[in-house]
Amino acid sequence: MTLTDYLYYVILPILAFSVLLIVYRFIKGPSIADKIIALDVLITTGIGIIGVYSIIHGRSTFLDTAMILALIAFLSTVAFSYYLEKRNRKK
Amino acid sequence: MSSVIIVILVTLGTLFVLLSAIGLVRMPDTYMRISVNTKAATLGVGLILVGTAVFFNDLSATSRSLVIILFVFLTAPVSAHLIGRASYFMGVRLWEGSIMDDLRGKYQKNSYILKSEIDDTPEDNVDHSKMEDK
Repeated sequence: MTLTDYLYYVILPILAFSVLLIVYRFIKGPSIADKIIALDVLITTGIGIIGVYSIIHGRSTFLDTAMILALIAFLSTVAFSYYLEKRNRKK
Repeated sequence: MSSVIIVILVTLGTLFVLLSAIGLVRMPDTYMRISVNTKAATLGVGLILVGTAVFFNDLSATSRSLVIILFVFLTAPVSAHLIGRASYFMGVRLWEGSIMDDLRGKYQKNSYILKSEIDDTPEDNVDHSKMEDK
């Protein structure tokens, strides 16, 4: 079994299964904070999947996308929590 | 030889990501979910990206993946702190099995100041046992 086969048939299904679990929490999440956390972890798992894909295809260009996704995850979490506090303050 | 190292790193990283996803579903409380995901998911993605750095083995790709690791490790605690603070102000409750709440009555509701002890203005304090359910 080569490295590509191992990554394709073992690692990617496990990552896809964890994405399914995170999406379950994203849909169910009792409070809005749970949904924001699930979104953050979803993007973090997406960075991992992009890393595995760049190993499978041998192209390092995919890592630029992962960098942008990491930036977007941080900025979106900061913005969401800022506006949650602001909405709370107005009441 | 290097493919063995890549397999070990990527497998460990994937296990950590899977464990953080299971923790996200199984943990009883918002704050525990924040704690699980800040630690386990960050470590898992870091290990996978170290695996890509070992695989490409040239300067541009390795520095790119190390920059992503540095960025994720720097920003995960900050975002976890911000979302935990916002959810505490929103009135998201702790799990019933939690023994104590160290922040109880110490945040001020209007000025958002954190005091180190419970003061004599109890109507301004954020106290989950006096808030309605959300």
